[in-house]
Amino acid sequence: MIHLEYILVISAVMMFAGVFGFLTRRSTLGVLLSIELMLNSTDINFAVFNKMLYPAGHEGYFFALFSIAISAAESAIAIAIMINIYRHLKNISVRDIEKMKW
Amino acid sequence: MDYTQFLNMPAELSLLAVIVIVFIADLLLSPCGEGDSCRCSCPCRGRLRGVLPVVLMIAHTVLMLLPCSPLSCCTGAEAFGGMYVSTPMMHLVKALLGAGVVIVMLMSARWLSEPENAGKAGEFHELVLFTLLGMYFMISSGHFLMFFIGLELASIPMTALVAYDKKRYESAEAGAKFILLALFSSALLLYGISLIYGATGSLYFDECGLWLDGSLLSTLALVLFIAGMGFKISLVPFHLWTADTYEGAPTAVTGYLSVISKGSAAFVMLTVLEKVFGASEFVDIWNRALFWIIILSITLANLFAIRQHNLKRFMAFSAISQAGYLVLGLCGGTAQGMTALVFYLLVYMAANLGAFAVLCVVERHSGKIGISDYDGLYATNPRLAFLMTLCLFSLAGIPPFAGFFSKFFIFMAAFKAGFHLLVFIALVNTIVSLYYYLLIVKAMYINKSDAPIAPFRSDCPTRIALALCTLGVVLCGLLGCIYNYIDTLSCGL
Repeated sequence: MIHLEYILVISAVMMFAGVFGFLTRRSTLGVLLSIELMLNSTDINFAVFNKMLYPAGHEGYFFALFSIAISAAESAIAIAIMINIYRHLKNISVRDIEKMKW
Repeated sequence: MDYTQFLNMPAELSLLAVIVIVFIADLLLSPCGEGDSCRCSCPCRGRLRGVLPVVLMIAHTVLMLLPCSPLSCCTGAEAFGGMYVSTPMMHLVKALLGAGVVIVMLMSARWLSEPENAGKAGEFHELVLFTLLGMYFMISSGHFLMFFIGLELASIPMTALVAYDKKRYESAEAGAKFILLALFSSALLLYGISLIYGATGSLYFDECGLWLDGSLLSTLALVLFIAGMGFKISLVPFHLWTADTYEGAPTAVTGYLSVISKGSAAFVMLTVLEKVFGASEFVDIWNRALFWIIILSITLANLFAIRQHNLKRFMAFSAISQAGYLVLGLCGGTAQGMTALVFYLLVYMAANLGAFAVLCVVERHSGKIGISDYDGLYATNPRLAFLMTLCLFSLAGIPPFAGFFSKFFIFMAAFKAGFHLLVFIALVNTIVSLYYYLLIVKAMYINKSDAPIAPFRSDCPTRIALALCTLGVVLCGLLGCIYNYIDTLSCGL
């Protein structure tokens, strides 16, 4: 049986790897992937808390399911906007999305 | 399962009915495609298509505001085992948000009737109504799942609204910045919620409030929660998306974003902080966090607002500083603070939407949005200039107008809760804000311009919107009973 702490460490590392990627990626799609990493780490958290600490209910699993569905909807919209930007700029690098600043 | 509990959520049901009717009407009344030979699009159908959502929303809002209508009979009810809660205060906030949406719809009517938006007007109304539905659920949530779904239902269609001008690059850029930061903040918020679940084993607000102690884990959850909500309300360390998004979004959407989405998020933040983090160890922590956040929001936003040349960016920084004042009502978490917050929201909504209605109509007729473009507006369009002045005075908080009283009540609540230094700094900042609001007034009345905005007649819906906003700004200042009425509701949270 794997200990609770190990899984929590994995999810925390995922979370902050996502934060790091969000801040450093050059491509907007990379930024989006980092955000997915962050969202998925919270799903791991919910599932593991539910399984290890509170096995009587299913709230954690349900929350994870809902959050997966919602993050899918969010990515869909984000990618649609990326495509729209690509049509204007022929590029989706973070550095080029800077017409409005300060 | 007992299906009658759906009747405990009449506001949401009625809004859902509005959404469905608008959707079907949009389908049936939409004009024929371009290559179509049938000439069935008589003008009255197009007009009905524009008017129907507004009329339905007005009916919905009026029914919610009337004391003895079917929509306001079962306040104080709950459904789904406490996942959905409704109190008179929440009901009032929902009705106010509905009224704000009516104003936004009115001021965007002219813009939506232009040929470039001919096929998309229905989408605009649908998206606005869906975000409103999300805010309703968010406000009424008694469970983190409901809260999260409401939050996302309010922010995902909002992104589509920000990127609504498909042909304009700025709109897409604003949308990209908004969605990336909204996702980032949602992820932080979710991580916080997962830690709360880990600490308590429950996601109901009431149970979490009972079980949460001042442990390190729950403190981390609190910090992540404040950060996540700070993004939504655009408080200062988390405000970087605001100016860009506000500038790029269509003007009517900017107005919507700056008032309604922000106000609902602030109210929900107050509810959750009180219900979940209401233990005395936490109150101390979040008061300290809010102290710095508010000082930074008000001061930095004021300093940045002074150096803006684009009015929409200017309004963005003004909105950040107003959000700081709004959150000042949260400090201490008292009932008086809640009353002051809701009253501030009402007044801020009237004043800010009024200012945005002027921006919107001027941009429609002249395409200008810079502060220097407003030079000499009084000479050519005196009435608009006067209304803009009223709204700006109210935002700045000059005595005869409602903005003075709303700021006064907020300060009083915070002062009574013991935040003397904070109130003093906020007061000093009010004077700074007076300077930059008056810069615009000066541009309109005193500055001379070689090429002023030509005189024009604004359209009927915009006039109604402006009249409603002016009424709000003046009446909320003169009628003390409004504040008293809100006060009678606030003890019930």
